[in-house]
Amino acid sequence: MSEQELLKVFDDKVEREIRIEPKDWMPETYRKTLIRQISQHAHSEIIGMQPEGAWITRAPSLRRKCILLAKVQDEAGHGLYLYSAAETMGITREELYEQLLSGKAKYSSIFNYPTLTWADIGAIGWLVDGAAIMNQVPLCRTSFGPYARAMVRVCKEESFHQRQGYEILLTLCRGSKEQKDMAQDALNRWWWPSLMMFGPNDDNSPHSAQSIKWKIKRFTNDELRQKFVDVCVEQARILGITIPDPELKWNEERKHYDFGPINWDEFWQVVNGNGPCNKERMDTRRKAEEDGAWVREAAMAYAEKKKQRQGQLAA
Amino acid sequence: MNTNEPLWEVFIRSKQGLDHKHAGSLHAADAQMAIENARDVYTRRMEGVSIWVVESKHIHSSNPDEAGSFYDPANDKVYRHPTFYNLPDELKYM
Repeated sequence: MSEQELLKVFDDKVEREIRIEPKDWMPETYRKTLIRQISQHAHSEIIGMQPEGAWITRAPSLRRKCILLAKVQDEAGHGLYLYSAAETMGITREELYEQLLSGKAKYSSIFNYPTLTWADIGAIGWLVDGAAIMNQVPLCRTSFGPYARAMVRVCKEESFHQRQGYEILLTLCRGSKEQKDMAQDALNRWWWPSLMMFGPNDDNSPHSAQSIKWKIKRFTNDELRQKFVDVCVEQARILGITIPDPELKWNEERKHYDFGPINWDEFWQVVNGNGPCNKERMDTRRKAEEDGAWVREAAMAYAEKKKQRQGQLAA
Repeated sequence: MNTNEPLWEVFIRSKQGLDHKHAGSLHAADAQMAIENARDVYTRRMEGVSIWVVESKHIHSSNPDEAGSFYDPANDKVYRHPTFYNLPDELKYM
């Protein structure tokens, strides 16, 4: 079949919501876009372990410690599902890690902010995982099979993440004045970066149009961001804390909440490496990779030794 | 020293009597580590009673581009389906 005909078969599958699988013919740009998107999603999960991991030793109770440990474990798992999905497209794990460690690949800018108090852990669960869920649920129907299936698995696990975060904030907001102030402070610092998680405005997002055409992306950045704001307003009301946006107001005509302008300068600064924790995140990841090398080498050496011993026994 | 751990495909059976389903892949030095890693990555919520791991290089698959001709013989044999047969409504147990 000619490239024309192959493209027609491909477009037809996408149109009819038939999943594209790794061995199917696909346009090279589709493959490259997906490798980029899936791998950056994976990197985000792994880097995302750091801001919350920092509070495992300082969780206020044993129950909270167990829960936070389980959440961070899940994030590692999510990263692994996604790396596996990316690898089906003809890139190796080594290449993916190299892209992250060299700074060539991006990861979600939200993880370049510091977790300053225990309330931050609550805010992350509520807002950051909340935004992630809003993005990931539609991705369960993304056109590429392995990515969609990974997203189904991720979504099942993600809802406890958001609930544990919200529950943390609920406990704080129903506690002492200091605890409630801590919760409000965390909301003040995490609100705008969470809105930035949905990416640039639609008219400023170069990859979006093609991604929507190929059903890699099912909703636009602005659509998801609006949905998120609408949902959070009521959730904040139940907590009894205030979203730090003086322009937040119900618009009866649009049937959505209007909200204030996002500081896109800050967004691009953080994406391009100048956020509060970019250097720390990357240094920590590189150190973990180096410090763990002996474990990987030992595992391979032991496997080789075992194989040889079994070979000798058989001989 | 080669530290490129081979790639394994993971299959999980969630309950006695069901079949193993493909859950994803992972890297591990050998089969035992692959099984332990599969437990940690794919069964954190008791999703499995049985785990199979197979090195990815040992999996052979049909070619999706040839699906048309490959499956052609089965495509027009509608009489293989029970609904093809027109039988009276009063007929029971069939």
